[in-house]
Amino acid sequence: MSEKASKEKKEQTEKQKEQSSLRQALLVPVLAVLSGLILGGVVMALSGSNPFQAYAALFAGSFGSPSVIIAGMQTYFATGDNNALVRSLYPFTESLVTATPYIFTGLAVAIGFRAGLFNIGAEGQVFIGALCSAFIGYSIKGLPMIIHLPLALLAGAAGGAFWGMIPGYLKARFGAHEVVNTIMMNWIAFRLSDWLLKGPMQASNFRPVTPNVQASAELPRFFEDPLRFNLGFFLALLFAYLVYWFLFKTTLGFEIRSVGANPDAAKYAGMSIVKNIVLVMSLAGALAGLGGGAQVLGVDHWVGQGFSSGYGFDAIAIALLGKSHPFGVVLAALLFGFLRSGATNMQSMAGIPVDIISIIQGLVIVFVAAPAIIRWLYRIKSIKVEETVLTRGWGK
Amino acid sequence: MANVLELQGITKRFPGVLANDKIDIALREGKILALLGENGAGKSTLMNILYGLYKPDEGKIFVRGKEVEINGPNDAIELGIGMVHQHFMLIPVMTVVENVMLGVESIKNGLFLDREKVAKRIHEISEQYGLEVDPHAYIQDLPVGIQQRVEIIKVLYRSADILILDEPTAVLTPQEVEGLFKIINTLIKAGKSIIFITHKLKEVIAIADDISVLRLGRMVGSIEPSNATPQKLATMMVGRDVSLVVQKKVAEPKEAVLKVENLFVRDERQNMTVRGVSFEVRKGEVLGVAGVQGNGQTELVYALTGLLPVDGGTIELEGKMLHNATPRQILESGVAHIPEDRQRHGLILNFPIHDNMVLCTYYKEPFAHGVSLQEKPIFSNAEELIKQYDVRTPNIYVNVGTLSGGNQQKVIVAREFSRPIDLLIASQPTRGLDVGSIEYIHLQIIKKRDEGTGVLVVSSELDEILALSDRIAVMYKGQIMDVLDAKQATKEDLGLLMAGIHPEKTSKKK
Ligand SMILES: Nc1ncnc2c1ncn2[C@@H]1O[C@H](COP(=O)(O)OP(=O)(O)OP(=O)(O)O)[C@@H](O)[C@H]1O
Ligand SMILES: [Mg+2]
Repeated sequence: MSEKASKEKKEQTEKQKEQSSLRQALLVPVLAVLSGLILGGVVMALSGSNPFQAYAALFAGSFGSPSVIIAGMQTYFATGDNNALVRSLYPFTESLVTATPYIFTGLAVAIGFRAGLFNIGAEGQVFIGALCSAFIGYSIKGLPMIIHLPLALLAGAAGGAFWGMIPGYLKARFGAHEVVNTIMMNWIAFRLSDWLLKGPMQASNFRPVTPNVQASAELPRFFEDPLRFNLGFFLALLFAYLVYWFLFKTTLGFEIRSVGANPDAAKYAGMSIVKNIVLVMSLAGALAGLGGGAQVLGVDHWVGQGFSSGYGFDAIAIALLGKSHPFGVVLAALLFGFLRSGATNMQSMAGIPVDIISIIQGLVIVFVAAPAIIRWLYRIKSIKVEETVLTRGWGK
Repeated sequence: MANVLELQGITKRFPGVLANDKIDIALREGKILALLGENGAGKSTLMNILYGLYKPDEGKIFVRGKEVEINGPNDAIELGIGMVHQHFMLIPVMTVVENVMLGVESIKNGLFLDREKVAKRIHEISEQYGLEVDPHAYIQDLPVGIQQRVEIIKVLYRSADILILDEPTAVLTPQEVEGLFKIINTLIKAGKSIIFITHKLKEVIAIADDISVLRLGRMVGSIEPSNATPQKLATMMVGRDVSLVVQKKVAEPKEAVLKVENLFVRDERQNMTVRGVSFEVRKGEVLGVAGVQGNGQTELVYALTGLLPVDGGTIELEGKMLHNATPRQILESGVAHIPEDRQRHGLILNFPIHDNMVLCTYYKEPFAHGVSLQEKPIFSNAEELIKQYDVRTPNIYVNVGTLSGGNQQKVIVAREFSRPIDLLIASQPTRGLDVGSIEYIHLQIIKKRDEGTGVLVVSSELDEILALSDRIAVMYKGQIMDVLDAKQATKEDLGLLMAGIHPEKTSKKK
């Protein structure tokens, strides 16, 4: 018997298995999104709108209209004037801009889930991160960009990390449940920022906003105004990869996943639960804080009161949809980015309220959280669902 | 007599595993059918098919002569089939009543759970079959033996008359086993039929009416209990001759590796369960700790391994004081631990085998350089260990949770034996293992002993204690009643000591 042939066969079956497990991992989320869109269409139809028109507007709003893009290309090739082309890319790049903070906050929630912790505090952590980045960004003057920008980002990460660490410490040391404490930290963050924006950090006496950050602290943009597409998006992708590497390829990630999957076994194996809880909550905070920082330094350039419009809360849905996997989070965040950014167009073009998007998002989440519905709907026999631990509930 | 249940040609495949291969079995009405087989032979799978948890790829099921299709536990319950699983399915933070009514809740006034009605019914069942239990107790406060009764009550509450008991005795003390057998007898008298899975061959011969043996997913044959001997059954199961007694030389104990002095430990609920225990384990000997479960053995082991804090006294390992050291410090000092509750402490069920094999060493060379995990050595380590310890699995990448119960235990044993150690603490090391694996693991424990490792074995199986130990400490109510020389210890003396009575003549000096 040829040993080689059998070995090859083994490798082949392993590859097949990998592919089929990837397909299985994607099956439920993809079908969930599909079902969400279909049901969303039904809701629109029931409320008297035309869902096809609406989705066409949504598509044009999030990806751009193909005809405009083609026309832009034609002018560019004919005259060398890229103005029209760049403008035609506006919807697409704007979707990526919208997705950027979702990636960061989605990672912040996902990394918590991996450790069995429910981080509802991403919202507050984003806010604190943004304020810290803004402060470094506007208050220090005359630094070269190569120092100023990283410093400002670092400040955001540090601020967020501190905000996440507090509930982490309270949980590890006193067993206080992180859900309660992260919510509490959110409120502290909101009130603190109210005070900062009306006092120490206020730019002028008229509006409760910070001054604009220095140009040396801005994340570079790739196109002219009004396109706001900037380095932040790629930074988010980089961090998604880093989180993946950290969780699955390092000893610390191994510990975190162990603590999340079975804290008793983790303790038995000599891992410190206390250390890992504090570590994870700090990292989660840092990621969310970085998200806030990237938003300030790349998009808004200043922070105002309504700064974080629910990034931290949508992040929970994104982490769920992405199965707490960094790459899944990126895909889910992109989906949310495209939906959110297309929704505005849908409202103005088709007259459908943006709220329908929230309904679709809600439906998607329900389907992802209860895969049995999807299995039943699509008569999928048995999907091997890899159980990701979310939290261990109250009191543990 | 009529068959209440017949399976014909049942086949079940999992990715990479043929778990059941054209299996036929029949259960006669009012009889006990014992199902035997090695770890991973496919017993639990077959029973899960019967209970509707898995769908067979091929084959037919007949209940009372009629062909049926079982698509879920609800169908099974409808047909009067009830199952007590190998790993219990109770919710620890709920009461007995709540667990029993789960899924078939009684409602009063259209809205509220009718706990009283259920409690009354539980009382009736308890009385009828001798299943004593407090309906309002929380599951987490109950010993395993009682938890099992709750599982049986759950089944009876759903008026099952075909009962499947998957390894019901694995987690029970000998006393509890006797109690269970009494219950089984009353059930049979009441006309129920039972399928009983176990690895304990003497039990099989004592209780079964028919015996069927599985090997590698196939039926290898049936045998009458009157013709069966443990040796015969073992050979049928494993396919070779198995030695049921441990072959070992006389121990050559050297200096003490572990010294425990006046140890006090509180359990998780703050009850003082270890009260002033002192003993030594010497290099090259096996100290067995015997005792009825719940007399402080669990907490003693938890304290020795850092899982519970020490309330008083000292633990000294090779001159190092280790009371209140962290589990990591204790591991690093050369202690290996086979935990009593494998699914709680020993394994991360939804991690693959290869990760579970490095659960205690993942941060060390060659499995990590700095913080970076090294997949190659982690994989090859697992490949080697599953071969060496004969873990039955399609590959090292599947989650440990998909392995059969016995193979899960082998993963732990393989992991703990594969690193250099001075002291081995083994709590119920062969719980749920088949005779072949028990033989293998016992031999490994003795080999460790002969290499100069100190071994502490805690077991509620007297046979296991007697087979392995050089000295035997008996625990009763958190204290060590006596330490006996294994050669002179008799089952009777140990039994008395376990009940808290000093047999005058044989009592030896510590
Ligand atoms: N859900 C599953 N997915 C994949 N493989 C499985 C699954 N359940 C069982 N198997 C495989 O099927 C085989 C039979 O397992 P089963 O649990 O039936 O054994 P068993 O006879 O009950 O063994 P034990 O005495 O150790 O409990 C094993 O090789 C196991 O790895
Ligand atoms: Mg089994």
